Amino acid sequence: MDMGRVESILKRYDYQHSSLIAMLQDIQAEMKYLPEDALEHMAEKLEIPLTRVFRVATFYGAFSLTPKGRHQIQVCLGTACHVRGAGRIVDTLERQLKIKPGETTRNLRFSLDTVNCLGACAAGPIVVVNGEYSGEMSPLKMEKLLKQYQKTKKES
Amino acid sequence: MKRISSPEGLETERKRILSARDPNKPCITVCTGTGCHAAGCYPVAEAFREVLKKNGIAGRIDLRNTGCHGFCEKGPLVVVHPQKILYQRVKPEDAEEVVSKTIQKGKTIERLLYEHPASGERIAREDEVPFYKRQRRTIFGDNGNIDPASIEDYLAIGGYKALATALLSMKPVDIIEQVKESGLRGRGGGGFPAGQKWESCRNAAGDKRYVICNADEGDPGAYMDRSLLEGNPHSVLEGMIIGAYAIGASEGYVYVRNEYPLAVKNLRIALDQATEWGFLGGDILGSGFDFSVKINRGGGAFVCGESTAMMASIEGYSGEPRPKHIHTVESGLYDKPTNLNNVETWANVPHIINQGTEWYRRIGTDGSKGTKIFSLVGKVNNTGLVEVPMGITLREIIYDIGGGIIGGKRFKAVQTGGPSGGCVPESLLDLPVDFDRLTEVGSMMGSGGMIVMDENTCMVDVAKYFMNFLKEESCGKCTSCREGTKRMYEVLNRITEGLGQDGDIELLEDLAFVTAEASLCALGGTAPNPVLSTIRYFRDEYEAHIRDKRCPAGVCKALITYRIAPDRCTICGRCQKACPSQAIEGKVKSKKPFKILPEKCIRCGMCYEACKFDAIEVV
Repeated sequence: MDMGRVESILKRYDYQHSSLIAMLQDIQAEMKYLPEDALEHMAEKLEIPLTRVFRVATFYGAFSLTPKGRHQIQVCLGTACHVRGAGRIVDTLERQLKIKPGETTRNLRFSLDTVNCLGACAAGPIVVVNGEYSGEMSPLKMEKLLKQYQKTKKES
Repeated sequence: MKRISSPEGLETERKRILSARDPNKPCITVCTGTGCHAAGCYPVAEAFREVLKKNGIAGRIDLRNTGCHGFCEKGPLVVVHPQKILYQRVKPEDAEEVVSKTIQKGKTIERLLYEHPASGERIAREDEVPFYKRQRRTIFGDNGNIDPASIEDYLAIGGYKALATALLSMKPVDIIEQVKESGLRGRGGGGFPAGQKWESCRNAAGDKRYVICNADEGDPGAYMDRSLLEGNPHSVLEGMIIGAYAIGASEGYVYVRNEYPLAVKNLRIALDQATEWGFLGGDILGSGFDFSVKINRGGGAFVCGESTAMMASIEGYSGEPRPKHIHTVESGLYDKPTNLNNVETWANVPHIINQGTEWYRRIGTDGSKGTKIFSLVGKVNNTGLVEVPMGITLREIIYDIGGGIIGGKRFKAVQTGGPSGGCVPESLLDLPVDFDRLTEVGSMMGSGGMIVMDENTCMVDVAKYFMNFLKEESCGKCTSCREGTKRMYEVLNRITEGLGQDGDIELLEDLAFVTAEASLCALGGTAPNPVLSTIRYFRDEYEAHIRDKRCPAGVCKALITYRIAPDRCTICGRCQKACPSQAIEGKVKSKKPFKILPEKCIRCGMCYEACKFDAIEVV
């Protein structure tokens, strides 16, 4: 990662190590994951042990140490979505993409993640692809939705 | 805008805002909470803007984007004021008609009105719709009337009046006394008396104090805190500032989930406005009291809802709880006395100051005063956020407000309190809902999630679901919690896979006991509740899985078989097309009904969903 960009994020928080989580969030938002060299740079500049940076980076569910795919699929597994059958949607995606939640396809096209609750329970089960919400999902609808993204891939 | 520096200045400003507003002027409010956002409210709001502009009447009719109205099931919601006509599932193409018919001719549009599911009657007024009629929307009601990004809207409904009263005509101890007397208990889960907590924090030794607003709403299925922060952020801030003055804190933090981008955005706007107008910063309203608030975005760890874990997280560390023999009110954030309350608790405070303890104590039960917002979700007809007085029964919430179970199916249980709570069965539907009653039956209030389950929900699967959640979210510090949740999950998983053995229920009970007893924080302490409450009320379902290798609800994949009923099969071939594992035998246009080959079937349920004739059965 370009260390100039890391620097500007650190500066935003005045190099205060109490803002470590916020800094990591900003890097994650920009890069979609936390590159190793960025973490090393942070530890050095904030004058804190690298183990602390890694400990925080691996503790919180929002962070990823591996790059994410171009299309990020999140399936809500909140209780309301679960009782309405969200588990079957995850099964469908696992079968189609041949990856497990938390993984990315080898061609870096798709990442699959599950989230605990998006708070849109009324429309559950909810699937979010690249930030776009789709409500009242089912395995069949998921297959159709996935095909749209697979198609646009080939065209582009 | 210049800073308001006195209570008189605030009242002058309020009068100015109100005098510029005509209560009879038509106003269209569009709900833009996350639920309606997912349903497509922004194109609807845009369509209204264009219609008003096109007809040259934008000046005569107000258009306002508001926070969540609660009735998420029927979104996008639009309310036409001053008549308060509720239109549901509104589409952009309806905008023209709403303006020309309802606003200009005073006629309602039948097809957009709420239809009573039993009588088929169309109901026009928002407060006449059964979903709203039985509620008491004290804390949440203003959401539908104000634009969360407008501090003027908040001032117009009496905003920051309680702050002026508290800062200029009450002593800190009087405020604490009033909150104590009101009987307000923490809405985040524990139900600890708020006034008592404030008093301990005020009396703790130290030169600096903090207040924190817990908006790390981690319970899956609960979203009332998000909707309050999104829809009425100033009410939460006002409560916090009053609390900080009473406690003697000079700095505050709001710890909010990063998964709630709109809540973060609206809170940020509110913070800037409150600072600009003089409700935050130095010498607030000329009282000499200084207070500022910072926002911390959470990292997505459920355990951070626990007070000591949250404070570690604010300091920039991993969110691990610590032993609490020294309470956080004495030594919390940066080892200073710290008072933490959740969003809804803070939002109650201005109402208690404005309307007094007498008024507040009249709402609720002996041990639980006031109202509570619940998120009513799952297999219920009217999904959404409901605010009701404490003491209302589960039946009233689920049937009168919630409109009963989807598809007329049979109610099985309602899960309250999130992963720390439990499942309450049908026999307890007439239970009055308050902190103590729910704890007595093995569940808890928690933050107010209410997930309704029907006959097609497997209770062993639900217990497994929560244990899977908790084993992932356990921070791992205490062995009993880290290993206990994992082992309970393994046993539950075994049972749902048809590999349960005699003695598994007792093993679960043993593990539950040790996990609860030997863990530091409430996550481990309450983790066994979903398991214990389902064993307590649904032991027969566990036994059916273990002894008969059968899942009565038809959920656990290893224990069910899909089959095609030959008499209902129309030989259309839809199921065969949908099947991903070529497990369906048959030929379209032949005379022979289709058949599922059990050895090839992966029980994905695709055929079940694809069949239009209910010919696929689960046995």
